[in-house]
Amino acid sequence: MASLRQKDLLGIEQLSVEEIRLIMDTADALAQVADRPVKKVPTLRGKTVINLFFEPSTRTRSSFELAEKRLSADILNFTASTSSVSKGETLLDTARNLESMAPDIIVVRHASAGAPHMLSRECRSSIVNAGDGMHEHPTQALLDALTVRQVKGRLEQLKIALIGDIAHSRVARSDTLLFHKMGAEVWVCGPPSLIPWDYSRLGARVTGHIEEALDAADVVMMLRVQHERQTEAFFPTTREYYNFYGLTRERLRLAKKDTIVMHPGPMNRGVEIDSDVADGPSSVILLQVANGIAARMAVLYLLSGNAGLKPRKQSR
Amino acid sequence: MQLILRQGRIVDPTQKLDRVMDLGIDDGRVAEIAPRIRKKGRKEIDARGLIVAPGFIDMHVHLREPGREDSETIESGTNAAARGGFTAVACMPNTQPVNDSEAVTSFILERAREVSKIAVHPIGAITKGSQGETLAEIGEMYRAGIVGISDDGRPVQNSQIMRRAMEYSRLFDIPVIDHCEDKDLAAGGSMSEGYYSTLLGLRGINPAAEELQVIRDIILARQTGARVHIAHLSTRQSLAAVMRAKQEGIQVTCEVTPHHLLLTDAQVTSYSTNTKMNPPLRSQEDVDELVKGLASGNIDAVASDHAPHNANDKMLEFDRAPFGIVGLETSVSLMLDRFVRTGIISISRLVQLCSVNPARILKLERGTLAKAAWADVTLLDPELDFQVSSEDFLSRSRNTPYEGWRLRGGPAGTIVKGKVAWSR
Repeated sequence: MASLRQKDLLGIEQLSVEEIRLIMDTADALAQVADRPVKKVPTLRGKTVINLFFEPSTRTRSSFELAEKRLSADILNFTASTSSVSKGETLLDTARNLESMAPDIIVVRHASAGAPHMLSRECRSSIVNAGDGMHEHPTQALLDALTVRQVKGRLEQLKIALIGDIAHSRVARSDTLLFHKMGAEVWVCGPPSLIPWDYSRLGARVTGHIEEALDAADVVMMLRVQHERQTEAFFPTTREYYNFYGLTRERLRLAKKDTIVMHPGPMNRGVEIDSDVADGPSSVILLQVANGIAARMAVLYLLSGNAGLKPRKQSR
Repeated sequence: MQLILRQGRIVDPTQKLDRVMDLGIDDGRVAEIAPRIRKKGRKEIDARGLIVAPGFIDMHVHLREPGREDSETIESGTNAAARGGFTAVACMPNTQPVNDSEAVTSFILERAREVSKIAVHPIGAITKGSQGETLAEIGEMYRAGIVGISDDGRPVQNSQIMRRAMEYSRLFDIPVIDHCEDKDLAAGGSMSEGYYSTLLGLRGINPAAEELQVIRDIILARQTGARVHIAHLSTRQSLAAVMRAKQEGIQVTCEVTPHHLLLTDAQVTSYSTNTKMNPPLRSQEDVDELVKGLASGNIDAVASDHAPHNANDKMLEFDRAPFGIVGLETSVSLMLDRFVRTGIISISRLVQLCSVNPARILKLERGTLAKAAWADVTLLDPELDFQVSSEDFLSRSRNTPYEGWRLRGGPAGTIVKGKVAWSR
């Protein structure tokens, strides 16, 4: 099988259409491992993966961990709360210390945008970005695309609406870049105070009106209101937000009949999404979770053996 | 005669001079400028092929002493300045402790007398501790030797306090130098707000944070009659506001940094912390307008905003790293290579930007080679060809975005009051 000819996965921005397709195809193939009685392949036997999480994370970390275990990798989990980071060690020192343990891949989640890029320059190991600040979350976008392709059979010319807190969402950025690259029609929607400047240049149509975003949409991706990242008031109240942007069963009727509803989680039920939609027939939220493992297995597999390559430059 | 510079191209806009001549210096002052000086000098310098200009003044630097001597000292900073072609610097008050008292001002001047080969002109704080709450003892600091007031880096947010500071500054006819930034609008951002902050997922500093304060200061300057100097102006709207104010006769001047003339927010895509400064790198449109202002004369001065940070402080995540880059040892070469060599500005205009105007704004007895003026001279070699290497810096810090840049033109020597402070 082909491989990715790059050391790291820092973001969707640096991936080509062919590379995205390769990752999705590989993920589809690896997804079958979950159906076997013994859910394990020896692909990464003898390889060491470090999960370096500087931000609390349950689902992404568990998903990576399962992906690594199913590939038979040796795993070291390193979380900020149990590490020397709380003693004042810098990110770079932490990385250099881990690096000297000779891992093959470091999966990193960090609250600062660009932290994985910094590690990429300093480390021989492959760096996989598991979410950096408000920047990118490439494996989430890959699992989202995988899910859409499985259900819809394609990505091209689908209307995909990303609705919610766009400003603070790394998922929104990665999803926008990916779906746009793959030929979908991407719409983002949220209160104008939560849409960053010049967002349309990333490849999306922008609207403040949820009706416009939902109109004949093939895919509806609801994004969480990230109260924890907001240092000021971007909208008046949660109540008003729900009234203008909450996904209700009625609103969902504006979308295509066979539309699918997605959410990267964790959900705020009753804020951005109603329970009867989240748990309703259009929802593929749990399929996303299952695909998360497959997409991450694909990335880890395709990058394994690439440690030591020169880091790829940002394309823009 | 103490010193004679032979056959250099003397460029002094204050005397409308641009000719190859001899410059004679005696008792630290300019004694004679003539096509050929007959007398012999105790020391003579062959200045053929060099430009002889009134000493360059960097009116916006951070020397970090007292308090952060790990990043820079008055000695290392002034050595860097001398090597960069500067015969004088004005140092900002955000030291630890803040220069908000006669005692700190005197300490800086005393240290400078001991260790500096060039002139050091302290700038005092506007408010106590630069906390923005009560006026510092501006008069006491003025008596001790400050040449302007500024809360650089922690700008005064309260407009009533700014108004009082401007009113009070008139007593001494010193400029109020403002780092214009509305802290609420800046919202803890780490780069300019725009397409690139969106792409990179970094919190943006709204350009309006600068522009609002520029306009506020202009309105207060009109009302109070104070002299206002806009530090490191960085957006096209700020420049437009300053241009309008000048047309109305309001006493406002402005400086720009070489990095705001040369780099844009697109450079931040590397997440290199050497592209993080405040004000942040702006858009290409802003840079284009600033360059126009440089050529048209609407920009009064070029200053480096030399902001040394030791490597440990800069080797952090982008949003956690401190703002600022060093500039003293690259400014003049960047200006020569990118603006004079390319014909965007004349050498005479560069001398205005780096010497004549800073001296006028800060009311220094410098910035001219007129007879009897202090013999502060910057020698420039337009053919110098070199590559920027931070290893060679005399500054204690290496935080430069220009590493490896190949530049043509640079300082060949600096002379302060007739004494050679540095020569290549």
